[in-house]
Amino acid sequence: MAEANRKEKYTGPYAAQQERYDVLFSGAKARKKDMADAPRNPAVLPPQLVRSSEVLAGGWGHALPVKRGETLRIINTHGTPGVSVIIYNAADMSERLNAGDTMKVQWSARLTRGAGLFSDMGRVLASITDDTFGDHDALTGGSTPGSNAERYGDAGLRSTYGNFVLLASKHGLDKRDIPPCVTFFAPVKVDAEGRFHWEGEGSAPGGYVDLRAELDILVFVSNAPHPFAPGPYAPSEIELLVWKSPPPAPDDFCRTASEEAVRGFENNARYLAARGEE
Amino acid sequence: MSIPNRNESTAVYDFTVPALRPWSHEVKKGQILRIVDLEGCQAVDTLFYSKADPSERYSAQDTVRVQGSPYVTAGTKLISNLGNVMGVVIADTSGNHDTSAGACSAEANTVRFGYETRYMHSCRDNFVMELSRHGLTKRDIVSNINFFMNVPVEEDGTLAIVDGISKPGDYVEIRAEMDLLCVISNCPQVNNPCNGFNPTPVRTLIWDA
Repeated sequence: MAEANRKEKYTGPYAAQQERYDVLFSGAKARKKDMADAPRNPAVLPPQLVRSSEVLAGGWGHALPVKRGETLRIINTHGTPGVSVIIYNAADMSERLNAGDTMKVQWSARLTRGAGLFSDMGRVLASITDDTFGDHDALTGGSTPGSNAERYGDAGLRSTYGNFVLLASKHGLDKRDIPPCVTFFAPVKVDAEGRFHWEGEGSAPGGYVDLRAELDILVFVSNAPHPFAPGPYAPSEIELLVWKSPPPAPDDFCRTASEEAVRGFENNARYLAARGEE
Repeated sequence: MSIPNRNESTAVYDFTVPALRPWSHEVKKGQILRIVDLEGCQAVDTLFYSKADPSERYSAQDTVRVQGSPYVTAGTKLISNLGNVMGVVIADTSGNHDTSAGACSAEANTVRFGYETRYMHSCRDNFVMELSRHGLTKRDIVSNINFFMNVPVEEDGTLAIVDGISKPGDYVEIRAEMDLLCVISNCPQVNNPCNGFNPTPVRTLIWDA
């Protein structure tokens, strides 16, 4: 069906673009997705590498500045079902995570090791350099007063929307500045009938995701259960570590994961050069 | 799917949005907005704001969560960031409208298609220009609805814009459940199949309740 309406292939004023799109899509489909051979980060971080640590209580939110080259590790200490994140460019918070672009430029809603989190300005805010779980959600967002009322019968429970409003307000922003989020440790899949479902048991205790900052960023973290998570409302504490990760090598797997990734990092390099930051 | 037999001559508003161009208009509570894909396979990037308080706006993630499915079609309730129903899709002759992939931009084009595409028209720029007429800015742009844009999400997570399925004359109708500002970019993208590599005009009509 998808091919049915296309006019003649590779004709007309945009024939070159048509052909290029098909080549790009074929390349994306052929790409190895699991990054199994890529190096892992240390499972236990030596204390001297950790710049800051915070234990974030279940249900609450926290904001962390992360400098370019540092890595935020989100440790799911007790296997809570969902930790939602939005990211801003610390130097200009009108530039922020764009979930649509992030999925679109990488041809995938599946964000795991090797993927970048892109801003609305065509730049990589952070790279997922390690991930012990692998199933995260960029499609359905976080909890809201409405979803808590529907799921748990209590709109007053702490929600991701509420956490982001609070964090935004405490950084000179407001609810206009809350973009669609990415929720880690949320195995939301789309089935063949086009319905969302929560697949599997969720993250084991101690699972973690490493987000390497590719610009100076501000990260909002909300530790509230994903609205599709099974079970009662019982978010547990998580740990947030900012650690001094090694400088990326020229062949860094996140920076070379795809030609789109390469172009994203070229945009970062242009931006940093224009700001006199190398 | 039942298609209401609405007479075009009774519309209180009727406008043809040229190819590549933005558009905006108020749609009052109870009014019905029809968007017609005149020539088929033309993405119409669409945003909704509460007229009374534009900080309340369409939320793609809330909309797909509430309906349990990623595609917009007849029956879809358009949910705001505050959890309110802004509008309901009451007719759809095409189906499978995307609301996850967002709007194209010059900046994202450089990543997707190459740095040489940076000086091409885009929906994000159309939105910024149109929103600026209403006191709104880039920060007010959220993930939009892409009417007539086909973006299947596969079980392995693959997400890509594929050829459209809308035929000439296909349309959607949205009944406003609050006073709305509707903002459209008639998508100028020619680097992917969302407009059949040939951007074309669309038509907007509004009926009173």
